Amino acid sequence: MDKSPHEWMTPTFVPILQVRPESSDTFSIELESEHFPSPGQFNMLYVFGVGEVPISVSRAKASRYIHTIRSVGAVTQALRKLKTGDLVGVRGPFGRGWPIEKAKGRDLLILAGGIGLAPLRPILDEAARNIEQFKNVTLLYGARKPSDCLFKEDWENWERAGINILATVDATETNWNRSVGVVTKLIPKVKFDPANAISFVCGPEIMMLFCVEALNNQGMEEHNIYLSMERNMKCAVGYCGHCQFGVDFICKQGPVFPYPALKSRLKVREI
Amino acid sequence: MKETLYSLDIGDFERLLTVIQSHFELYGPTVRDSAVVYEKVETTRDLPQGWVDDQAPGRYRLEKTDSPLFFGHVVGPQSWKKYLFPAREQLWSVKKESAQVKRSANPQKPMAFLGVRSCELAAIEVQDKVFSHGTQPDAFYHRRRNDLFIVAVNCTTSSRNCFCTSMNSGPKCNGNFDLALTEVLDGAIHRIVVEVKSKRAQDLIAPLHLKTPSPAEIAAAQHAVEENAKTMARSFSTEGLKESLQNSPDHPRWNKIAERCLDCANCTMVCPTCFCSSTVDTTDLTGDNAERWRQWDSCFNLEFSYIHGGEIRKSTASRYRQWLTHKLANWWDQFGTSGCVGCGRCISWCPVGIDLTEEATAIQEGQE
Repeated sequence: MDKSPHEWMTPTFVPILQVRPESSDTFSIELESEHFPSPGQFNMLYVFGVGEVPISVSRAKASRYIHTIRSVGAVTQALRKLKTGDLVGVRGPFGRGWPIEKAKGRDLLILAGGIGLAPLRPILDEAARNIEQFKNVTLLYGARKPSDCLFKEDWENWERAGINILATVDATETNWNRSVGVVTKLIPKVKFDPANAISFVCGPEIMMLFCVEALNNQGMEEHNIYLSMERNMKCAVGYCGHCQFGVDFICKQGPVFPYPALKSRLKVREI
Repeated sequence: MKETLYSLDIGDFERLLTVIQSHFELYGPTVRDSAVVYEKVETTRDLPQGWVDDQAPGRYRLEKTDSPLFFGHVVGPQSWKKYLFPAREQLWSVKKESAQVKRSANPQKPMAFLGVRSCELAAIEVQDKVFSHGTQPDAFYHRRRNDLFIVAVNCTTSSRNCFCTSMNSGPKCNGNFDLALTEVLDGAIHRIVVEVKSKRAQDLIAPLHLKTPSPAEIAAAQHAVEENAKTMARSFSTEGLKESLQNSPDHPRWNKIAERCLDCANCTMVCPTCFCSSTVDTTDLTGDNAERWRQWDSCFNLEFSYIHGGEIRKSTASRYRQWLTHKLANWWDQFGTSGCVGCGRCISWCPVGIDLTEEATAIQEGQE
């Protein structure tokens, strides 16, 4: 394939190395890659003849990375039917990810809701690998029910590395010894130094708004809060106009933004 | 280069069209289905000679007159983006078996546009910026744009929906063109004064041995454009408009506009700067061959803002707000220019005659 200026609009087909169910509606696929996406970036995944969707990178290692996908639409359902060895078209990586360098030497609060944990897992991996570079690292995770909690097999590793995990569910099932309720209720339980802390948040917009408020109440300054936004991304390179959020193209200026950059628009309905 | 002027009679003009076509595919205005549209043209007979247009909010009517003018009309439903940024184009195709993606080349003879008005030059400049701002320049657009030869026309008449003087985009052509024509009518004498702006245009017309215009012709051409500027009926104050729109997402006027707006997307289709598109993935009946197309989309379409779980902009009010705020305000942040060039198309082609100048002014002035 020639590498004309249109490489970003043209997918490269790569085989699926592994498929892994994560919960009742969520699964992961591992792909071969020559790129190394930074945490928080996304790829456009194309299923032959069906269509394309933006999916964040949920783990990146040398020459391969993982996408974790919730099957909710035509393309994600088609992705779910693919097996090891099947080809997926990939474009990317796109967008600006989490400013992990800013988190080093500080308390790091990671707040995730549901599938929002996926784009934050590379941050947790990085923190677990280099825990001495951070002060207290805490994951606050909210899911619908215990069986929907993602990446449970990683939790033990993260905790062993020194990451504090507080999880909560909307409705409990058996074998759940953690919290019940919304994730914002966990925030006051975390001890952090507001003058030297940073927070990365990803989840439904309404959850992120309440998280910002709760973090604020604990003294976290707004410019230390980063949110990952979601809009309809079609081209991913800033031309199709679909992902506009006020003046920003989420695909290009985002998806991760410092909260003050979003503040005036987040509470505007239907923007 | 220094501007050079020539004076053409109809025979010269015909020869000019011929010489342009020896190097370019020539596109220009012509009458089809009761409207002036842009299509391939070959001779002056293809041009809308004598046709004038009557435009008002929600109104566009053509009328044939005895006037010898080729460009006595103003802008119709189409703009030049139909060639530079086609409504539908293939980006690539792929065979399932090989999984080798083949990019679409769309080879094309370089294009020449005849009859580009000052507002349209401004619109092309806006789209030049739009299609350069992404992760990489949009090669599909720039491939067509780079070789483009532009024969502009200075407007000596305006419609009731024109407001280029308010948007600093006309009626005199000041942008990036090769030749600019001004039609001058002195009694029965019809001449075209030509301004040559580029070296390649000078080279192109050199074999035609054109005449130098008389001082009276030059003065008449200048006067005709200046008079048009002075008598343009519509005006639109944009002072402070960007801030007003960006600070008024909850203005009650949005709901009021929504009572009239049909979400038809006409305004975005006729707008010469609107650039939103969608990607469409298809397969043939065998399922072995897939294609990706890019086609115009509109922020007025409900599914435009779809993400899992539903659309972001469900109400008409939010979609109109998105369009107007983007066009007149957010565009400045994104591209350093207004997205509006004052051509008036969105006003003429709105089936219910919504007037963007009226709506933007109402929001700016806090009217309900």
